[in-house]
Amino acid sequence: MKTYWWKILAIVLLAYTIIAGLLIDVPRLPILNETIRALFFHVTMWFGMLLMLIVAVYYGILHLRSGDLVHDDMSVEFTNTAILFGVVGISTGMIWAKFTWGDYWTNDPKLNASAIGLLMYFAYLVLRNSLTDVYQRARISAVYSIFAFAAFIPLIFILPRLTDSLHPGNGGNPGFNAYDMDSNLRTVFYPAIIGWTLLGTWISTIRVRYRRLERKLEDKLINQ
Amino acid sequence: MWKEIVLLVRKEAVLEWRQKYAINGILLYVISAVFITYLSMGAGKGNLGVPVWNALYWIIILFSSVNAVAKSFVQEHQGRQLYYYMIASPEAIILSKTIYNTLLTLVLALLGYLVFGVVFGNPVADQPLFLLNLFLGALGFSASLTMVSAIASKTSNNGTLMAILSFPVLIPILLMAIQVSKNAIDGLDREINVEKIVTLLAINAIVAVSSYILFPYLWRS
Repeated sequence: MKTYWWKILAIVLLAYTIIAGLLIDVPRLPILNETIRALFFHVTMWFGMLLMLIVAVYYGILHLRSGDLVHDDMSVEFTNTAILFGVVGISTGMIWAKFTWGDYWTNDPKLNASAIGLLMYFAYLVLRNSLTDVYQRARISAVYSIFAFAAFIPLIFILPRLTDSLHPGNGGNPGFNAYDMDSNLRTVFYPAIIGWTLLGTWISTIRVRYRRLERKLEDKLINQ
Repeated sequence: MWKEIVLLVRKEAVLEWRQKYAINGILLYVISAVFITYLSMGAGKGNLGVPVWNALYWIIILFSSVNAVAKSFVQEHQGRQLYYYMIASPEAIILSKTIYNTLLTLVLALLGYLVFGVVFGNPVADQPLFLLNLFLGALGFSASLTMVSAIASKTSNNGTLMAILSFPVLIPILLMAIQVSKNAIDGLDREINVEKIVTLLAINAIVAVSSYILFPYLWRS
């Protein structure tokens, strides 16, 4: 329990996000109306997912450089949490879409890109499970996770910008653009990103510790 | 380095030529796939809409190139791989395999185009653009598939893994290629495609560079 201040910060920020996110005054934009509050619970998921994937790639690179399993633990658990955020993001988005666009799934570039991204990372999990040797598994999955991330970036940043999206702020839809993003929304939006990301980090670190304990126990059983 | 790559590409081609069943098999695969779509669509010349023509063509190319490239690392057995490991640099190996697979995919795509044109009719208005796009698509496909097949070859069930690992990675390339090829078929103004072709090139570059950097780590294990 060396540093736990950020866990308290996470709780405070998330409590603030939930309370303020549901209670503050929001600008009344056409189509969106009250559903603009999804900004705090849906949009933030993608930010959290992306940040955690960056952390996972960083530890993947560290693993390839050192060959140390400690980095592999971090890499895989941050990817797992990123997948969780992605699934939550896609389901909250679908619920939101049902009420604003009238359908759970539309042929929107951003929806398709995020679904493909999830497929990519589900494939990562299957790849991990199909390798039995621990060191080989760590190395090969690190290679794939960096490769997949390199393919994921153009998918979510470039392709949606080439075609119009139904998302607020794209293709003339009212949205969270710089000029109409109310400063009220910002006061919750940025803390929400930090809060959700910290929560993700918290989940990941707990799972990393569990993983390390498990390995220690296994070693003990084998070596007794 | 370049000499090494040229030698390795030649080695791949000679090896392929010696065991002709692999290349003949994949060529036959393309032809049968086209024929199956022809029969299941029940369409004669010209009554297939442009979007359908385009989508079917690219799906066939996608599946046949996945099958063609899948064998690039499993075809030779462990002992010989160890030999290459000792005499060649990993960078030369991945580049030579990528170049060879690009040629192979291009041959497949052209053959598919020919057969497709014969049975379904050829609606393409802007041939040079269509062919350029075909080349860029083949390049992107082979760059990512070569890397994925190297990853999949390390596992036991590499058929399934090859598909699930490569499809999501290929989708951005496929999407761009399909859009450009649609415009080429319709013979639209080339100006519209510049942005898309540049994007396709950029994606290819990202995939190729990352596989070039990452492959040595894979090769070592």
